[in-house]
Amino acid sequence: MSKPLDQSYEAVIARKGEIMRKAIGIDYAVFEYGKLGFDYEGMMGSVAYSLEETSRIQRATGVGNTPLLELRQLTNLARRVAPQGKGARIFVKDEAANPSGSFKARRAALSVYEAKKRGYAGVIAATSGNYGAAVASQAAMLGIPCLIVQEAFDSRGQGQPEIIEKSRACEAYGAEVLQLSVGPELFYIFLQLLEETGFFNASLYTPFGIAGVETLGYEMVEQTRQLTGKDPDAVVITHAGGGNVTGTARGLKKAACSAQIIGASIDLKGLHMASDQDFNRKSFTTGHTGFGIPFAVWPDRSDVPRNAARPLRYLDRYITVTQGEAFYITEALAQLEGLERGPAGNTSLAAAFALAQEMREDQVIVVQETEYTGAGKHPQAQLTFAKENGIEVRRGDPRESIPGKSIIIPTHPAQIQIKDIELDHIRLSYLKNVMGEIPYSSLLEKDREYLEAETRWGQTRIREALNV
Amino acid sequence: MSSDYKSTLEEHGVSGDWVEIWNVIMEPGKRAPQVPEDTQKVPLEMRLRGFLVNEQAKLGEMVSVRTRIGRVVDGKLVSLHPRYNHSFGEPQKVLLDIGQELRTFLKKGRVGDE
Repeated sequence: MSKPLDQSYEAVIARKGEIMRKAIGIDYAVFEYGKLGFDYEGMMGSVAYSLEETSRIQRATGVGNTPLLELRQLTNLARRVAPQGKGARIFVKDEAANPSGSFKARRAALSVYEAKKRGYAGVIAATSGNYGAAVASQAAMLGIPCLIVQEAFDSRGQGQPEIIEKSRACEAYGAEVLQLSVGPELFYIFLQLLEETGFFNASLYTPFGIAGVETLGYEMVEQTRQLTGKDPDAVVITHAGGGNVTGTARGLKKAACSAQIIGASIDLKGLHMASDQDFNRKSFTTGHTGFGIPFAVWPDRSDVPRNAARPLRYLDRYITVTQGEAFYITEALAQLEGLERGPAGNTSLAAAFALAQEMREDQVIVVQETEYTGAGKHPQAQLTFAKENGIEVRRGDPRESIPGKSIIIPTHPAQIQIKDIELDHIRLSYLKNVMGEIPYSSLLEKDREYLEAETRWGQTRIREALNV
Repeated sequence: MSSDYKSTLEEHGVSGDWVEIWNVIMEPGKRAPQVPEDTQKVPLEMRLRGFLVNEQAKLGEMVSVRTRIGRVVDGKLVSLHPRYNHSFGEPQKVLLDIGQELRTFLKKGRVGDE
């Protein structure tokens, strides 16, 4: 009999590479070259499925082909507060219509399909968000076991209501849900479970997780063309881990659409994502800067060796809105458009409402997702929870809000405003992270080309930024 | 039936009951090095729901559960027939006014003092 494996934190983390190779079945090393580069398009092309195959796999479980809805009242509202002649038509892709209630069904569909095809005994995913329910739903459809690992509660045993709703949804689909308290050691537990179960790691960041979103971008362009006779001028995408931006943008490009690609996150500046005390001081558990910025400046921090989500390659602009603005627009969407949807998915809608006012009336802006709503993931539930956790909630100017201290619901639609995050600052941080201690002079020509593709900067700009 | 008997019944689970177990995975001060100070001071805990394997068990005892996918996991029994306590919360005045404000604004072009 072989000796039992050492289960200490250090020993399990040290086995990461080997565990991941077995659990994903992708040999990332074949795509790597030089000092730091890797063949991103080669990996996407050889591992994931084509757009047509992806679409076929998704249709088989009722995923995708969601409606594109024109938000006429919100457009009117934006025009009322915009300068003369401004106020683009606002459309939304109603991704809540997917089987598990969010666009994450698209990502789960490919991963679970792949797991089953390759004969894995089940699927496992580390997620506190909609993705858990999506994987659980897909696993139920394909008849394989599913285990979801969530960061769910703080040291008082207090769970985030939005996450508890996801626990419930996953269990409703027959999945096992392992709930953990706050901390990055979730990854350690996740590795142990991969080793124990031999399940497929349905990571959000494999080529499957990203290719699954390409159909969303592609459908959106086709539908916009049908409804308006033209392409979208701008697409707003809620940005967290980068997969939503990357997959949608790739789909837009496959449809030969050159819309401006805008990422939007909830501003949670100042809240530490691994802090026990900060955990329940936020009302949004995803779509916020706490994921959006770290994953943009260092995509390969994810649970796979090479992240297929590379938002910096695609983002033309990155903006933030406040929690109060997202709650306000969620209420407006329900009351003016008759669409009751979850607040986190409406992050990009709040942003689009402000962006539309910068655009001409004859232009089109598309909000790329909605998500389901329910107990826990609902503005009333989340504001009740915020107050219980000592957060001040009031009407006023949302600019005055401080994440973790106050949530300010606008008193007037004109108070919904966006704040730009300088993508060049993010690019510089990215470069510093990826270069580490590697001297620039030691890079191969291919490495340098890789950095150009990653940052969309030329060689001169990169050298200036790095002072070399 | 005496109240004592009733409370004993409620604190016992029997084989097949849907229950919740709890474990400390990492003790305070022994967390991963990158963990911030406040998190370092508290344990890493887990909670898991499943069907009780033991024939009978009291709250607080170490038990085994069989999860929905058939894994058997040990832990301290902390809840019998655990329910989800999340809800739609209390009505929030800060949201309730928005619909009427916006409908009025679309008609009259003003918010606030109509």
